[in-house]
Amino acid sequence: MREFLAIDGNAAVAHAMRQINPDVVAAYPITPQTSTVQTFAQYVADGLVKTEYVTVESEHSAMSACVGAAAAGARVMTATSSCGLALMWEILYVAASMRLPIVMLDVNRALSGPINIHCDHSDTMGARDAGWIQIFSENPQESYDNMIQAVRIAEHPDVLLPVMVMHDGFITSHGMERVEIFDDKEVQDFIGEYKPQFPTLLDVRKPVTYGPLDFYDYYFEHKRQQVEGVAHATQVILDVAAEFERKFGRKYGLFEAYRLEDADVAIVVLSSTAGTTRTVVDKLRAQGKKVGLLKPRVFRPFPAKELADALRHVKAVGVMDRSIAFGAMSCAGPLYLEILAAQRIYGGNMPIADYVFGLGGRDIVPPEIEGVYADLYKILETGKVANLVTYLNVR
Amino acid sequence: MPKGTGWRDIPRGGLIEEAGNSVEYKTGGWRAFRPVVDKQRCTNCLFCWVFCPDSSILVSDEKMVGFDLEHCKGCGVCAKVCPVHCIDMVEETAFAKEAEK
Repeated sequence: MREFLAIDGNAAVAHAMRQINPDVVAAYPITPQTSTVQTFAQYVADGLVKTEYVTVESEHSAMSACVGAAAAGARVMTATSSCGLALMWEILYVAASMRLPIVMLDVNRALSGPINIHCDHSDTMGARDAGWIQIFSENPQESYDNMIQAVRIAEHPDVLLPVMVMHDGFITSHGMERVEIFDDKEVQDFIGEYKPQFPTLLDVRKPVTYGPLDFYDYYFEHKRQQVEGVAHATQVILDVAAEFERKFGRKYGLFEAYRLEDADVAIVVLSSTAGTTRTVVDKLRAQGKKVGLLKPRVFRPFPAKELADALRHVKAVGVMDRSIAFGAMSCAGPLYLEILAAQRIYGGNMPIADYVFGLGGRDIVPPEIEGVYADLYKILETGKVANLVTYLNVR
Repeated sequence: MPKGTGWRDIPRGGLIEEAGNSVEYKTGGWRAFRPVVDKQRCTNCLFCWVFCPDSSILVSDEKMVGFDLEHCKGCGVCAKVCPVHCIDMVEETAFAKEAEK
């Protein structure tokens, strides 16, 4: 039976994990992810899942245990945040290059230092080239839905890559909302029984070696192969979303466009801030301003052509970045740089400006977003981007 | 899998699907020092065989009979553990010079 619960994002993901009932979860607690693995550990203790729950001494070990279990043929999940993801770094690459379909929640939190436990996207943006699929969620419902879809995406034989699902630290992780929880069996039917599509470590009839030395004679070929897996993911994400919509009724794509089709100016922003921006769009639309919103859902693989197509008619674009790519062009944010590159290749010649916001959990409120739209109208009038990067609400 | 196979046809993720194929991977070329045994002093205690990390000590009829130089990397563990010090590590260049003569 489907039911609606008043729960936060972390509890929603714990429910998804309970219903997915993975063979192995290896995790280490870190704020603000803790309540996910804590709640899930309770499900294990209460016998609601058959999962082997491995408590480890660090995130490096957590991801290592996930790699081992996945190579052994287990369906594997974990969760982390911020410095925990940073400590997994080495093994993130191992998981992706070994083509192991691990599914992980990352609760977006600033990286140290100075130490900060609140939301920004520095953690997963730093891991954007690690070879994982990255899916951003706006709210607890999306996080729940994305975790369920992530299992299918990761395990698809054309993909076989780990998937990271993100939601915003505290804002989504601890913000209580109305969340639709599906029937356990419906979720089980959707994800299906896990049958690894590759030789596994525990198959004694067909022994294999995982993670061997791979020098100049084959390493390059394996990287080329990995590119192919990532390239296939885009279509698989769309196919899984279509099947999800047929079964559960909610529509997902590579991105979400809100009142964008006739917009003169538009904001591109990820995650929970898209929700805030939507209300600003409605307010400005009521005043007769043609403003729109584009919320990328999938950041890796980056849907460059699709986003460029969606923005083509817009006359000025503001990208809002909740992280900084230090040392990149103008120290802009990664989302901005990707959108610029997409425009360069797939067309459109409108001015695009970057607005860095919300680092370390600095609140982003509707008047500031209105300010971005006002700035975009100024750019529209002058045809010039005065500042490539603007820092919102920094003293 | 034939040598030089392209990315479309090699096992995914660097998986080695054939058990025991490390024997095909010749590592002898890494060696800077070659072990040389003096069989006059060797007691065939087989400490070298036990400790060799590359299974490169050749044994026949429970006797140490030499080294698998296609795989021996010249680490010198055998020389170190030999209780009668009958294994010397000799610079590979010495053999190269000899071959030139």
